[in-house]
Amino acid sequence: MSHWIIAPVVLPALMAAVMAMAMRHDVVLQRVFSLALSLTLIAIAGGLFIATLDGTVHIYQLGDWVAPFGIVLVLDRLSAMMLLLTSLLSVGIVLYVMGSDWDRRGWHFHALFAFQLMGVNGAFLTGDAFNLFVFFEVLLIASYGLMIHAGGGMRLRAGLQYVVMNLAGSTLFLFAMGTLYAVTGTLNMADMAVKVQALDPGDQALLRTGGMLLAIVFGIKAAAFPVQFWLIGTYSNAPAPVAAFFAIMTKVGAYAILRMYSLVFTPEAIAVDTFFHEMLMPAGLLTLLIGAVGVFGAKLLPRLAAFSVLASMGTLLIAISIGTPAGTTAALYYLVHSTFAAAALFLVLDLVADSQGPTTRAPGGLVASLFFVAAIAVCGMPPLSGFIGKLLVLDAARSDPLWPVVWVVILASSLLLILGFTLRGSRYFWKPLDPDFANPANLDPDGNPVPAHPIRPLAIVGACVPIGLLLLFTLGSGPAMEHFSQTAAQLFDTNAYIEAVLGPQEAH
Amino acid sequence: MEALLSLVIGLQTAGGIYLVLRRRTFSVIIGTALLTYAVNLFLFASGRLAVNLPPIYSPDVTSYTDPLPQALVLTAIVISFGMTAVVVLIALGAYLESDIDHIDLRRKAGDIDSDPDEIPWEQDPHDPGLEDPKGDFE
Repeated sequence: MSHWIIAPVVLPALMAAVMAMAMRHDVVLQRVFSLALSLTLIAIAGGLFIATLDGTVHIYQLGDWVAPFGIVLVLDRLSAMMLLLTSLLSVGIVLYVMGSDWDRRGWHFHALFAFQLMGVNGAFLTGDAFNLFVFFEVLLIASYGLMIHAGGGMRLRAGLQYVVMNLAGSTLFLFAMGTLYAVTGTLNMADMAVKVQALDPGDQALLRTGGMLLAIVFGIKAAAFPVQFWLIGTYSNAPAPVAAFFAIMTKVGAYAILRMYSLVFTPEAIAVDTFFHEMLMPAGLLTLLIGAVGVFGAKLLPRLAAFSVLASMGTLLIAISIGTPAGTTAALYYLVHSTFAAAALFLVLDLVADSQGPTTRAPGGLVASLFFVAAIAVCGMPPLSGFIGKLLVLDAARSDPLWPVVWVVILASSLLLILGFTLRGSRYFWKPLDPDFANPANLDPDGNPVPAHPIRPLAIVGACVPIGLLLLFTLGSGPAMEHFSQTAAQLFDTNAYIEAVLGPQEAH
Repeated sequence: MEALLSLVIGLQTAGGIYLVLRRRTFSVIIGTALLTYAVNLFLFASGRLAVNLPPIYSPDVTSYTDPLPQALVLTAIVISFGMTAVVVLIALGAYLESDIDHIDLRRKAGDIDSDPDEIPWEQDPHDPGLEDPKGDFE
């Protein structure tokens, strides 16, 4: 049992406390520690990732209590991949925050960010359903602080909406936990998976109710239709680097759906059958449509970006709901892609806002090019990984009876996304340069367009991190796909997970 | 006892949901608090109801009550207490910053997603009046 498994949870928790208590007045020191934390987490997550490459499921028993009596952390291919993704994303965001001085606009940015990292990492690692709730709360309470960082009336009101929405979600989570515990008598996910298979016929309805409540909770986190409406106000009003990091928060919901519905509520369970996958497919299709129509209609760039996150979550949920190994492989590929793409888009939009200042003049060529790359990634056009991801989803969907609908919705929404980004892109980057349309405030006395504000190099570097990772991911698509198909195979082989946690099982 | 407890949980949940759906932040916060009370009772009941039984196993007793839901309730109480404090502070901050304690984001038409080139929105006499809410407490 390697103690490194708990390091991604303990290390940010310690650093957050140190940053909040000992360096509260020294932003430079906080930055140094925050960056060091992110880099250390990459090293640890990389090590854990390599440890899972041979397909073993590692477990860590807290306090050495044997599962299912104690809490276990479980490290398999999926959780190791999510840990690595989170740490890679966090470096770009910390660099951007340093470059753009967002951390000087309010208090405790880095401490809250470290707490959020702790919650996200814990949610990916835990093998206990109630512990998952606790880590959800940790990441949520840190995200409340980050969401209203730097204040402002509109942001506080959007933050309030976000908090209330998630409080309702947490309450539902507890109702679901209570129901599932009453039915199965356990909270350990692996043990629950065993108990669900051998459940009394009289308890099937209760189990289904619990599973459905849980699906709504994860749906809220993943912004699935019909509980997607909180996302737009939250993401478009959050500080840009926070919105970029929230790209991983919706993925926590997607991860929880993948985990719970591949391990516990599997189609083999009598009460469940293919019920959840049948529910998830229309939800994903509608989420994608709402996102695409929103992108087409949004007038302000932050709202455009928020709707594009919604569209990517829709595609991801469609891929998950296919429910075959090929579908899950496509989902994992699209999950990594959409995390980097959404983060890149939010950071680049903040560069646009910074270079415009209070005017409507056109940003410089570098910012415009970065926007172009991010927009290509988000729309899913070649040559970036979004195109490959959508192709994989379309290919995997062929086995689904609903495949014509899936194809039509994905292709039509891609067109809407491209149109939406083209409209807003030309509005923000070309129109201010056109003398016929230019706002007089953007022109100097000779009638030439005023140049944009210069951008600090470190902010550009920070915004380039997710874009660079996206390019690397596109180039390494082959090996990545190989790894994702093995990850999907491991997810579908629930016996290996259960035996790693509970020890060898008797055959049913 | 089961009927009484389920009735109490049901009433609290119903009240909580009604209040959460209100437009003003104060009712919404009270609503979330009510919901957390309901869920705490619900969690407590998920280990089955038992009277006069010890929660810890010892050789002298033949039967005991499930201690795990009690631990879960303790965790849930701590978390919901902290969350309520946070939501009250954020609501207060939002009210003081923007002079409006509505939970929805719109203040006037075109406020959320206004086109930068558009002519500013003018007060419409037929607008239901989101800026000057009436009838929430009367």
